[in-house]
Amino acid sequence: MKIKTFSIGGIHPEENKLTHEVPTQVAPLPTQAIFPLSQHIGAPAKPVVKKGDQVKVGTLIAEAGGFVSAPIYSSVSGTVSKIDAAIDATGYRKPAIFINVEGDEWESSIDRSNNLELVRNHPELTPDEIIERIKNSGITGMGGAGFPTFIKLSPPPNTKPECVIINAVECEPYITADYRLMLEHSDEILIGLELLMKAAKVKRGFIGIETNKPAAIELFTHKCADVFDTTEYQVEVVPLQQRYPQGGEKQLVDAVIGRQVPAPPAIPVNVGAIVQNVGTVYAVYEAVMKRKPLFERYTTVTGKQLSKPTNYLVRMGTPIQLLIDLCGGMPEDDNKVLAGGPMMGKALISTEVPICKGTNAVTILSGDEARRQTPQPCIRCAKCVAVCPMGLEPYLLAKLSAHRDWEHAEHDGITSCIECGSCQFTCPAHRPILDNIRLGKSSVMNIIKLRQTK
Amino acid sequence: MNSIIIAVIVLGGIAFVAAIVLYVCSKRFAVFEDPRIAQVNSLLPGANCGGCGFAGCKAMSEALVKESDKGSIENLSCPVGGTKVMSQVADLLGITVANGDPQVAVVRCDGTCTNRPRTSQYVGLRSCAAMNTCGSGETACGFGCLGCGDCVDACQFDAIHMNVETGLPVVDETKCIACGACSKLCPRHIIELRAKGPKNRRIYVSCVNRDKGAIAMKACKSACIGCGKCAKECKFEAITVEGNLSYIDFKKCRLCKKCVAVCPTKAIMAVNFPTPKNVEEKKEVEA
Ligand code: SF4
Ligand code: SF4
Ligand code: SF4
Ligand code: SF4
Repeated sequence: MKIKTFSIGGIHPEENKLTHEVPTQVAPLPTQAIFPLSQHIGAPAKPVVKKGDQVKVGTLIAEAGGFVSAPIYSSVSGTVSKIDAAIDATGYRKPAIFINVEGDEWESSIDRSNNLELVRNHPELTPDEIIERIKNSGITGMGGAGFPTFIKLSPPPNTKPECVIINAVECEPYITADYRLMLEHSDEILIGLELLMKAAKVKRGFIGIETNKPAAIELFTHKCADVFDTTEYQVEVVPLQQRYPQGGEKQLVDAVIGRQVPAPPAIPVNVGAIVQNVGTVYAVYEAVMKRKPLFERYTTVTGKQLSKPTNYLVRMGTPIQLLIDLCGGMPEDDNKVLAGGPMMGKALISTEVPICKGTNAVTILSGDEARRQTPQPCIRCAKCVAVCPMGLEPYLLAKLSAHRDWEHAEHDGITSCIECGSCQFTCPAHRPILDNIRLGKSSVMNIIKLRQTK
Repeated sequence: MNSIIIAVIVLGGIAFVAAIVLYVCSKRFAVFEDPRIAQVNSLLPGANCGGCGFAGCKAMSEALVKESDKGSIENLSCPVGGTKVMSQVADLLGITVANGDPQVAVVRCDGTCTNRPRTSQYVGLRSCAAMNTCGSGETACGFGCLGCGDCVDACQFDAIHMNVETGLPVVDETKCIACGACSKLCPRHIIELRAKGPKNRRIYVSCVNRDKGAIAMKACKSACIGCGKCAKECKFEAITVEGNLSYIDFKKCRLCKKCVAVCPTKAIMAVNFPTPKNVEEKKEVEA
C-alpha cells in the first residue's frame, strides 16, 4: 500500500513515545474537581448550578454560552463548593465551578453496560437527532483546539461534505492516548465513525494513521473490512508517513484525499472533508449510543524523567498534580510541565490546573530538554521556509510582527499560520520565530475582527 | 558632424517641449499651501514622536492651522513642546489657549522582586507583549508588570528605564513629556498619564491587581487588596474601589496623604513629598 503524506513542509522530531505499550489505567477520583467555564473555542459556558447544589456524574453544570460554545457536565458526584476564579492552562485566573467529590453516583440516564449496539440496529436515529445528541453532550474536538463538534457537522451553505476523515495520526512526540484508545476501543470508534458519516450524510470514511502505529493500522484494516463490508459505507484505513504536523486538519486532508484547503476563513469542508479526532469519534459513540456526556477522556502523562509514564482514563476537572503523583511524582529538576505535547503544548504555571476537554497529554520536560539557546542573527538559510507546512515565510512574518507592521503581516498570510512550531524547531540560529508570529497573528486577528464589526 | 547637429537639435527640441509641458503643469496644477503651516511647523520641536496623535510634526502643523480656522486648538496639544510651544503657536495663529495640567507617566505596579517573588520562569521571546499573549508571566500576579521593558523601547525621549534591582520600569520625570507611547504599548495597561501635581507631588495606587484580596496579597506583598480603607479615609471622594482595586482620581485628590497612612499593604504611592521624621513612607525610586 502506498504511504501518503502532505505535500509541503514538515519536520520529524524525535518520537519519544514512551507509553506506546502501556495499557490505559483508570485514574482515581480527585477530592475536588475544577471545571473552567472556557474549555472550548467560543463563548464561555454559563453555570446552571450554585454553591451547595448536589450533582451526580453526568449532571449538567454549565450550559452553552452562545452558538459557538459547549455545555459542561460534572465528572464527579458531590457538592458544588464554589464558583470562583481558577488558574487554567493560559496561566490566568478564569471563572470555574469547584465540586467537592463525595462517592461516585451516576445519572441514571447514562447506559453503563458493556454491550456494543450497532447503529444499524437503530435506524430510527435521523442525522439531526445524532447531531442534537452530540451538541447536548458538550463534545468539542479532543485533539487540543476545542472546537465544538456539532458545528463541524452542520457545514455552512455552499459546501458539500463528501467524506469523514478520522484523525488518528497523533504526530506529536510523546503522546499515545489516541493510540491506546484505538487498540482498546476499536469497535466503539467504528460505530462512532458510522454515526458521524450518517450525521454528515456521506458514504465515505477514512482513518488516517501514521506508520509508527502498525498494530492500529492492522487492527483497523481488518475491522473495517468486517464491519463495513455489508453496509453502504466505504471506509478506508490510510497509512501515513511519519511527519509532523500531519495531524493538522489541513495537512491531513491534503495527505488523505490530496486536496488543499485554501487560506482562512476556508475550512476542510470547503474541499468536502470533515475531520474528527479519534477521541472525538469515541466520545460521539458514547454520547449517541450510551447517552453519556463528555466528562472523561484519555490522556497521556509522560516525560523522560517520570518514573512511570502512563496513559490514563481520567475524569475532567482532575488536577494535573494528581496524575503526576500517580506516575511517581514530579522529578527533581527545573521541569517544564506542558498541557499537551512538546510541539503544541502549553507551558503551565501551576500543576493545580485541571484536565479539560482538550488536554490530550501532560508532558514533563526536564530543564535541559526545555532550555532554549541564545538567538543569533538570521542567516537566511531559508530552512524555516522549507519546513512550513502552510507555505509561509516564517522569518519574514516574524520580522514584520517584531516591527508591528500588521498590514504587511496580514498581506503575507500570518493568519494562515497554524502555530505548529516547525519553523522555530528547525531554525539553526535559534530565533524565536513562532513567538513573534503568534504575537502578530493575535494582533492581526483582532484588527480583522474590528474591521468586520464596523 | 551632421549627426551631431541632428542629435543636438532633436534632444534640444525634446528638452524645450518638456520644459513647456512642465511649466504649464506646474502653473495649472499648483497646490496652494497655507504659508502658516510652515511657520507653525518651525515652532514645533520636530521630534516626530506621534505623541500629539498625528504621524509627525508636519501633519500636526496642518491640523493646527485647520483647527485654528474653526476658532480653537484646545483639543490639540504637543506633549514635547508643552504649554510654551502651544502658546507660541496660538499667538501665531491669533487665538488663545487654556493651559492644561502638565502630565507625566506613572507605573502602577510595585511588584518588586522582594514584594512579588518569582514563581516560574519564562524562556520565550523577551517581550512583554509576547509574554502576555502566551502566559501570565513569571509571578503569581496576572495583572502587574511583566518586566521585559517594551515600554523602555517605546520611549523616544529616554525617559523610562528598567531598575535592575526591582525589575520594574522607572519614569524619569524630568525627561518624560507625556507622549503616552509607553502607556499605549504596555500590554498590561499599567502605565497611566497623570497630572504631575503641584510641586510634582502626586498620590496614586500603585497596583492594578483585581484578584480577591487574599489571592492578590499572596502574589504580592504590596498589592491593593480592595479593603476600601483608603476610600473611607478620603474626605474628598477622590477614591473609588471597584473589582477589588482602588483608584485615585487625580483631579479630586488634594494630596492630604490620609489614605497613604491607612493602606495595610502600602499600595499607595506618595511621590516627591518631604520625608517626615519617624514615619515610614514609600518613595518612588529615582532613576
Ligand atoms: S508555526 Fe506557522 S509559520 Fe511556523 S512552520 Fe508552523 S505554520 Fe509555518
Ligand atoms: S531558519 Fe532561522 S536562520 Fe534560517 S532563514 Fe529562518 S529564521 Fe533565518
Ligand atoms: S510597564 Fe508594561 S511595557 Fe513596561 S515592562 Fe512592565 S509590562 Fe512591560
Ligand atoms: S487601603 Fe490600600 S489595599 Fe485597601 S483599597 Fe486602598 S489602596 Fe487598596
